[in-house]
Order: sequence, then C-alpha cells, then structure tokens
Amino acid sequence: MTNQQSNSANPNLNLEYRRKQNAEEMKHQVITFTMMIFFTLIAFAMVAMESISRWFIIPVILLLAAIQVIFQLYYFMHMKHKGHETIALFIYSGLTVGLITVLVFLTIVWL
Amino acid sequence: MSTYAKKQGFGATLWDFMTTVDHKKIAILYLISGGLFFILGGLEAMFIRIQLAVPDNNFMSAGVFNEMITMHGTTMIFLAAMPILLGIMNAVMPLQIGARDVAFPFLNSLGFWMFFFGGVMLNLSWFLGGAPDAGWTSYASLSIHSQGHGVDFYVLGLQISGFGTLIAGINFLVTIINMRTPGMTYMRMPMFTWTTFVVSALILFAFPPLTVGLTLMLFDRMFGANFFDAAAGGNTIIWEHLFWIFGHPEVYILILPAFGIFSEILATFSRKRLFGYSSMVFATVLIGFLGFMVWAHHMFTVGLGPIANAIFAVATMAIAVPTGIKIFNWIFTMWGGSVRFTVPMLYAVSFIPSFTMGGVTGIMLAAAPADYQYHDSYFVVAHFHYVIVGGVVLGILAGITYYWPKIFGTMLNETLGKFTFWLFLIGFHLTFFIQHFLGLWGMPRRVFTYLPGQGWDISNLVSTIGAMFMAVGVIILLINIIITSVKNVRVGNDPWGDGRTLEWAIPSPPPFYNFKQLPLARGLDAYWIEKMEGKKEMTPAEPLGDIHMPNGSIIPICITFGLFVASFGALYNMDADKPWTIPVIIIGLLITFGSMLIRSIKDDHGFHIHKEDLMDDKDKEVKA
Ligand code: HEM
Ligand SMILES: [Cu+2]
Repeated sequence: MTNQQSNSANPNLNLEYRRKQNAEEMKHQVITFTMMIFFTLIAFAMVAMESISRWFIIPVILLLAAIQVIFQLYYFMHMKHKGHETIALFIYSGLTVGLITVLVFLTIVWL
Repeated sequence: MSTYAKKQGFGATLWDFMTTVDHKKIAILYLISGGLFFILGGLEAMFIRIQLAVPDNNFMSAGVFNEMITMHGTTMIFLAAMPILLGIMNAVMPLQIGARDVAFPFLNSLGFWMFFFGGVMLNLSWFLGGAPDAGWTSYASLSIHSQGHGVDFYVLGLQISGFGTLIAGINFLVTIINMRTPGMTYMRMPMFTWTTFVVSALILFAFPPLTVGLTLMLFDRMFGANFFDAAAGGNTIIWEHLFWIFGHPEVYILILPAFGIFSEILATFSRKRLFGYSSMVFATVLIGFLGFMVWAHHMFTVGLGPIANAIFAVATMAIAVPTGIKIFNWIFTMWGGSVRFTVPMLYAVSFIPSFTMGGVTGIMLAAAPADYQYHDSYFVVAHFHYVIVGGVVLGILAGITYYWPKIFGTMLNETLGKFTFWLFLIGFHLTFFIQHFLGLWGMPRRVFTYLPGQGWDISNLVSTIGAMFMAVGVIILLINIIITSVKNVRVGNDPWGDGRTLEWAIPSPPPFYNFKQLPLARGLDAYWIEKMEGKKEMTPAEPLGDIHMPNGSIIPICITFGLFVASFGALYNMDADKPWTIPVIIIGLLITFGSMLIRSIKDDHGFHIHKEDLMDDKDKEVKA
C-alpha cells in the first residue's frame, strides 16, 4: 500500500534495507507456494486412497482449504503488511455474519 | 462561484438535478423524494387509523386494509425513513470529515435513482391491479398465495431500491475510510460520521440476505420454483430467517443515524463536548455487531425450540447494555451544560424518555416465554412505533431542523417549529401509549376491524385522535418550509452559533467544492477548538491549488430506467395473455447495459477549478 513507499526522491535511500525486505518477502512467498501445492497433492492423494474414511477426509480437506485461503490472503494479497487493519476487520465481520447464518440453518432449519 | 449562484430557469434546474453528482444536491433529492414518500405513508397511516377508530367500521374493505398496512410499513421503512436518513448523511457526513465529495460521486447518483425508481415502481402497484397485501414482512406462506401482481411489485420494487441502498452504503464506507481530511483520525470523527460508518457496514452485510430472499421469492412466484412451498418440499421458514437476518440489522440501520444526529444536537446545545465520546463509539460498534445475532427474536413463536429461543433471548437482552451506555452519556452531556432549548434540542430531550420506553418494551418482548403472549398483538405495534417514531422519526425531524440552514441556507421558523414539536410529541404518545394496553387486552395486530363491547372502543378512538395531532404537526412543518423558502433570508456559516464540527466552518450552503483548502483537524470537535482559540476559521492543511471535480452525468438515470422497464416485463411475464413482456424485458436490459457500456468506453476525466478562480480578495492581498 501507499505507506510502504519511501517518501524520498532519492532512489538509493535505504536500498540495502529494501533489498533485504524484498528477499525475505520472496522467501515467504516461495515457501507458502510450495506448501499450497503440497496441500493440494495431499488432498488429491487422500481421495485417491480408498481405504480412508470419508468422515476423516472431508474435514481434513476443508481444513487444508482454509489454510490455503489464509496463505493467499496474507502472503500473496499482502494482508500481513501494515495498513490492512480495516480490510481485515471487514473480512472477519463478514465471515462472522455469514458463519452464524450457516450455523443457524444447520442447527434449527435444515436438520 | 458565479455560475453557482446564478438564477436558472426551471428546466435548467431540473436537468441540473437529474445529472448532478454533487453530494449536497443528491442529499436534497433524497430529502425531497423521501419526504414525499413519508407523506404518502402518513396518509396511509391516517386511513388505517380512520378505519380502526370505531368498531365495525366499513371505511374500507378488508382487502384494501391489507394493502394499506403493507404499503404503509414498506413505504415508511424503505422509502421514507431510510432515504431521508441517507439524505442527511449525504448532506453532512462529507462536510464533517472535511471531504470535497463522496468517494464515488457517480455511484452516489446511481444509488439515489435506484431507490427512487424502485419506490415509484412499488407505488405504481396501486394503479396497476392492486398493491402488495402480505405485510411488510411478506411471509412466504402468505405472499406465495397472494392473488394478482401486488407481491411481485413488492419483490421487484424492493430489489431495485435495495441495490440503491447497498450502493450508497459501500460509497459511504469508502468515503469515510479514505477521504478524511488531514488530522481527522477515526477517534476524532464526529459521532454522526461514526454512526454513518457503522450503518454503512450494516447495510453492506444486511442487504445481501434480503436480495437472496427476494430472488428466491421471485423464482417461486414468477417461475414456479418451490423454495418456500412446504407442500412441494420447500420450507417457508427459510424466508422468515432470511428476512429477519436482514430485518433486525435494518432497524439498527434506522436508529443509529438518529443516535448520531441526537449526539451532535445534544453536544451543540449543551455547549459541552459529548460525554464519554469513546464509550459512545464503542457502544455504536457493539450494537452493530450484536444486531446480527438476534434476528430470531422475531420468530420465537415459530417453534425453533427452547434452546434456540433462549440463546436469541439472551443475545437480544445484551443489546440493552450498549444502548443504556448511550442513554446515560446523553444525559451526562446535558448535565452541567448551559442548555439552549431550540427546536432540535426539544426533539433531542424528548427523544430520550420516548426511546427508552420503546427499549423497555423491547426487553419485555425479548423474554421468549412472555412473547407468546405479546406476539402479533397491538403490544408489538406499540413497541416498534415507540422505537421507530420516538427514535427514528424524532431524529429525522430534529436532523432536518438542525441541518436545514446548512443544506438550504435558510433558517426554519422556531415558533412554528415548536408547534410542530408539541403537536407531534403529544400526538405520538396519545396514539401509541394506549396501544400497549390494547395489546395486553387481546387486540390482535393486522385486523381490519373489531366487534364492539370488548373494551377496545374508546382506546382505539383515542389512538386515532392522537394520529390526527401528528398529522397537524406535519402540516405545520410543511407550512413552515414554504414560508421559510419564500422569505429566503440567507444565514451565515454557523447559524446556531454553537457549531462544533467542520460543517459549520464553511458557508451555508457550502460552495460546490466544499472546502477551498482542506482543513486541518486538530482534535475532536475541530471547529470548536479553533473557536476557543479565538480563530474565525479552520487552519488549512494544504496550500491553495487547483481542485479536481467530476462532471455531471445523465447515465445513472438511464441505467436505472432500463431496469425499471425490464421489471415491468418480468412482472407480467407469467400471464399467458401478455406476449409483449419478452420484448419489454429485452428493451429494458438493452437500455441498462447500453448505458453501462457508454459509461465504460467514454473517458470522462472531470474538470479542474483553477487556483486563480478560487482566490478571493483576501487571498490576493496575501499574495501581493
Ligand atoms: C432500535 C430500534 C428498533 C426498531 C426500529 C425496532 C423495530 C421493530 C419492529 C418493526 C418489530 C415488528 C416486527 C414484526 O413485524 O413482527 C419489532 C419487534 C420486536 N422487537 Fe424491535 N425494534 C427496535 C429495537 C428493539 C430493541 C432494543 C429490542 C430489545 C432489546 C427489540 C426487540 C423486539 C422483539 C423481541 C420483537 C418481536 C416481537 C414479536 O414478534 O412478538 N427491538 N421491532
Ligand atoms: Cu429485531
């Protein structure tokens, strides 16, 4: 976001520091990317292995999916950076409202 | 500047308002159309009360009565209270945060026209075969079996005007997050801006469930789907849930802006800082959150089971805590202040006990076992009118009077205002207080008449007489508005003399660019701080420079008009004898998507007001 930019006209200011930041960032993204691929492989493998109970597979796949969403939001869409507090607040409020609705429908409407 | 003040012909003015993207003019559009719908809804209320004034009355038939109550409720909530509040927000919020406009001026205009055409569509049902008659809640088991096209008008009209509200809500959110003037941190925002912010978030999360519910209803009625039809495997309760998941946040969408307005008025006329500002902010946000967790208190008697009822009962009662915090903060704001009883202040002072009574009956209703007794009786009618009229409508009347000079540049007459106030307040309590007892004596809600000799006759007559008082009060307000507009005595920046927030630091009405230089907010009540240091105006936060402004556009009307036309096609499509509906749908959608296409491919970069044109004599002296 804008507050990540340097407010100096000198392009060499803090160059060393910014290089290091970018390298760090890159490392995180590569790690999360690998893990996401790995999670996907696990998901497919579990389904392919017929011996495992579906009552185990379904929650595990949902869990893996949730972790991937978090990776996506925080590492690739930069939500871990400063200046994203409002966005996070709105995402979590929306989630709360939506999940309460699902919970109520599951407990007293459909079942 | 000069073009702004120039006298225009009627046609030019009309065109100006049809194409405007200026938040102050859109506010006026909201106020005028919301006001007209308010009068319409008020007339419907009077007809309802006339019908119920005496037992066995035949002023209107049972069928017309059902249409009357449905349109009264729907009009008042969606087309009167909400748009008027959106109008006040549009007029005031950008000024309070020191912005030159909302974030998306084009969308602002689109949102208004969507609301407007949706409202017109809904009301055209009176002339096109009958209005909706399944109540403003339109419960599926009733509405699916409703004959004629009334409920279809309800579904499509609300769908269109609901989109408009959603657009407005998102626009306000982005505006408040991104366009605050330098120094205006979140915790320095005026209370009305805070409530606008929370309300916009509620709109963002509450309207989608309504959209979903209306879409399912549309499929059930128009295309023979069975989402809500129990006989065909559907579930009619789903509509009730979807409606109330929207519906309860909706009541907070209505009341929170009124809370904001009263917070401003109480601080201004007590000439004291709002007591407990940060706890007020906290309470507002908390009410916003809790508002989403209580909807099933409207459905206690549906048979959700004791556990669900208990959870929702407790959650509902929890809302009384932040609301109580607010009530006490308002009282403490007045405590020790040097209070001036202007008309807005009278409304604010009388709002506190009136609204509290509505809150107390709310807690009574929230006790699930007791609600089996109250449910669908006049007790409920009394409860929600105490919160809606005693809270929202008093807030609207107070807000209109308080901000009238800022919006129109003239001052409403205080004496006539006091007549309106007293008539309205007395009429309100006369009408609705007795209804608590009517409910406890067993009078059910939504009945078109009753038999004599059940002990309800005199109370109903009293209630109707009270309604007449309110009507006279509103008529005096209209006379006041006409007199004030004809006299046209212009006022200065801060006509109440005690303004605390940024909107009072600029002319009334403000120039179309609002702030020549964005002001520097040095604390809560930014203008008051400068005044206390003996300054007449705000310290600028930027040098004088060119101002970038958006161009007006007729496209929002075109987009909405297309949807309006297409809706008529969709509405009559299910009748076998109307082959013209398909072409009408297509033409309507072509207008809409064509206008959207033009908007997308035509570049419109707006225009600049040049620095030289902004400089007045004082600035030039400084330069020279
Ligand atoms: C603040 C503004 C409020 C507004 C505008 C409002 C509006 C309404 C409306 C329109 C209804 C009627 C629903 C129907 O058609 O059946 C209603 C019912 C109800 N309200 Fe409120 N309300 C407000 C506050 C509260 C509060 C503070 C409480 C409790 C703490 C509350 C509790 C209830 C309950 C439990 C019912 C259901 C009664 C029944 O169905 O028997 N309300 N309200
Ligand atoms: Cu509710």
